[in-house]
Amino acid sequence: MKFSIERAVLLKAVAQAQSVVERRNTIPILANVLIEAEGDSVQFRATDLDIEVVDRAPAKVERAGATTVAAVTLNEIVRKLPDGALVTLAEDGASGRLTIEAGRSNFSLATLPKEDFPVMASSDYQTNFSAPAPMLRRLFDKSKFAISTEETRYYLNGVYMHVSEADGGKVLRCVATDGHRLARIDADLPEGADGMPGVIVPRKTVGELRKLLDDDEAQIAVSVSETKVRFATPDITLISKVIDGTFPDYSRVIPTGNTRRLEVDAAEFAKAVDRVATVSSERSRAVKLSLDEDRLILSVNAPDSGAAEEELAVAYGDERLEIGFNAKYLLEIASQVDRENAVFLFNSSGDPTLMREGNDTSAVYVVMPMRV
Amino acid sequence: MPAICRDCLTTFEEGRRCPTCRSPRVTAHPELFQLTIAHMDCDAFYASVEKLDNPELRDKPVIVGGGKRGVVSTACYLARIKGVRSAMPMFQALKLCPEAVVVHGRMQRYVEVSRQVRAMMDELTPVVEPLSLDEAFMDLTGTARLHGAPPAVMLARLVKRMRDEIGITGSIGLSHNKFLAKVASDLDKPRGFSVIGAAETGEFLRDKPIRMIWGIGPAAQESLDRAGIRTFNDLLRWEKDDLIHRFGGMGDRLWHLARGQDRRRVSPNAPVKSISKETTFFEDTGNTDVLDGHIWRLAEQVSDRAKAKGMAGRVVTLKLKRASHKLLTRQHQLHQPTQMADRIYRTCRALLDQLGDEGPYRLLGVGISHLVDASEADREGDLLDPDAGRRTEAERAADLIRKKFGKDAIIKGRALR
Repeated sequence: MKFSIERAVLLKAVAQAQSVVERRNTIPILANVLIEAEGDSVQFRATDLDIEVVDRAPAKVERAGATTVAAVTLNEIVRKLPDGALVTLAEDGASGRLTIEAGRSNFSLATLPKEDFPVMASSDYQTNFSAPAPMLRRLFDKSKFAISTEETRYYLNGVYMHVSEADGGKVLRCVATDGHRLARIDADLPEGADGMPGVIVPRKTVGELRKLLDDDEAQIAVSVSETKVRFATPDITLISKVIDGTFPDYSRVIPTGNTRRLEVDAAEFAKAVDRVATVSSERSRAVKLSLDEDRLILSVNAPDSGAAEEELAVAYGDERLEIGFNAKYLLEIASQVDRENAVFLFNSSGDPTLMREGNDTSAVYVVMPMRV
Repeated sequence: MPAICRDCLTTFEEGRRCPTCRSPRVTAHPELFQLTIAHMDCDAFYASVEKLDNPELRDKPVIVGGGKRGVVSTACYLARIKGVRSAMPMFQALKLCPEAVVVHGRMQRYVEVSRQVRAMMDELTPVVEPLSLDEAFMDLTGTARLHGAPPAVMLARLVKRMRDEIGITGSIGLSHNKFLAKVASDLDKPRGFSVIGAAETGEFLRDKPIRMIWGIGPAAQESLDRAGIRTFNDLLRWEKDDLIHRFGGMGDRLWHLARGQDRRRVSPNAPVKSISKETTFFEDTGNTDVLDGHIWRLAEQVSDRAKAKGMAGRVVTLKLKRASHKLLTRQHQLHQPTQMADRIYRTCRALLDQLGDEGPYRLLGVGISHLVDASEADREGDLLDPDAGRRTEAERAADLIRKKFGKDAIIKGRALR
């Protein structure tokens, strides 16, 4: 195998591959990236056995072939090469080494046989559709903060992507929750997505997927089966197992009868929450919201470290209410709001609170209050 | 040489018997009135309390401990003569001393008596560091002027009062640091009063075995054995750096202890770092229902203790010992600290279900750690478990009922498993 490739192109492909590779590996081959050169392109393939990413890049192939080398090392080398360099990678098969040449730099890396590299079994994808990158970006970006990290609730360690009924008909919906807050984001159902099995996309996959979605013009080919999900652009294919578990029935969690309505400028609100929370020394910083007619007082009272209070002008017309929240959760949901005011719907100080942007029900957040 | 009579508390300079009451129970030592660090250890505490409450037992060998599978927790001195020791399996103890009366421990009563003893110690000095219900360190530095008597006299008075007013006996070790005070209290049990002075420390330790150090268990002993260290004399031959290199932090400590040096202060209110309870089963079991019952009962005990102390834990630990004595522990970090039995139980139950091991087990333990103040605990509900809040309220209500009508006034069905 021998090919030449531009440094920037190589770096992008290798960087994507190496981020999938687990840092601490007990199986040596899993630390490697599989490089396959053929025709006028090279494929870089990496896996952690749950996720597989394949990145195709144009290259001048002199001799077709394949080998595997340590992904992290290769990435480091390419990263340190000067911008604009032309890099030549070659392997003669006999020496068991991959040589990397760029200008006057010369590297030789140990390889492992390409036959040992585990390639993820293909799946029968029942559903195939195409979705614009900005749509998927919104679905996952706005929900991923609520993904649980608790291993005992492994079925919450991802975003539940499924088809659901909303007011305006069927939607493509992403839901994530850790039991303390929940995000439910809807998008118009892409053509061909109806009948898609609901899948829980793991946290790591969501992170990897994000790298495919930066280009506003890109169309992402999405394929879903009961056990796997596949996202592809013309250059990159990301295949991931989905979490084998049942996502809980979240619909009963979302309050429908909350009537006490607070409307507030989300950015102002977030800044105020952040300010008053500073004095709290606890790990879960509790902020108290005291609501009265068109007035919101945010306060923190930490006996050991201090107290803080801030008043905000808001739109609120219901009875007086005092309710506490984890400051971090309030900040997270408030930062999801980018166009209109944040609208909070409360019931009592012990019941889940709903938050959305204006009257837009395509993105709703639920947060559990905290005793203060 | 300064001396004190432990019966009538007379202090004197000459003689092997008390000049006042002719008692032979005399402690004499050149540094007797200078030393200030003491360790008090009650003699066969649980057994003594049992004898105190039931005079019929007074002249019988008494073993406090649990069931057929249990171990001896305390044996009175009559039983010890026959060779019965703490931590010995009960069947073995009964083989050695078949006439022994076995009593189940009554922890609440022991706590009660322990509090009385503690109150007496508190009168001597504010610096009391309890190690357990029946032993404590005391630092009496600077109290001589306050009491109008040196520490030795006050300590002799303490054990005399314990005997006269409560009815239990204890042994005193008096020295210049904690390590030696603890060693001393063990030298002349029961009803002992031993002194290790600064001048004689080196001589005293020389031929003593290393396992005398509190905290050197079988495992540490083994690694010391491999290094050829059995006595303090062996230790003295080692350079400090070599000891540290080989044994880490323990090496540094050993180097100092070998020279009779122990810088640890007597610290009252040593912070509690964890709360845990465990139980050894009558029969080994891998039955999930049985284990479930044990988890609940222990979770409840841990929770009771946490509630009593106003504390909550962020990490829940499940501990299981297999029949082969292999220990399995699993931990889970909670999203928010808890002191509720329900959450401790549910967390442990999930850990058990995820263990992937069928047992059988001989022991199960439940604990919480990373303790915080109770005000930070259980403040947030769970969206996906809407009943959790109601269970918490139910538990608080049950606690109130128990407080009013006694511990067994209300129990969960699962406690009967």
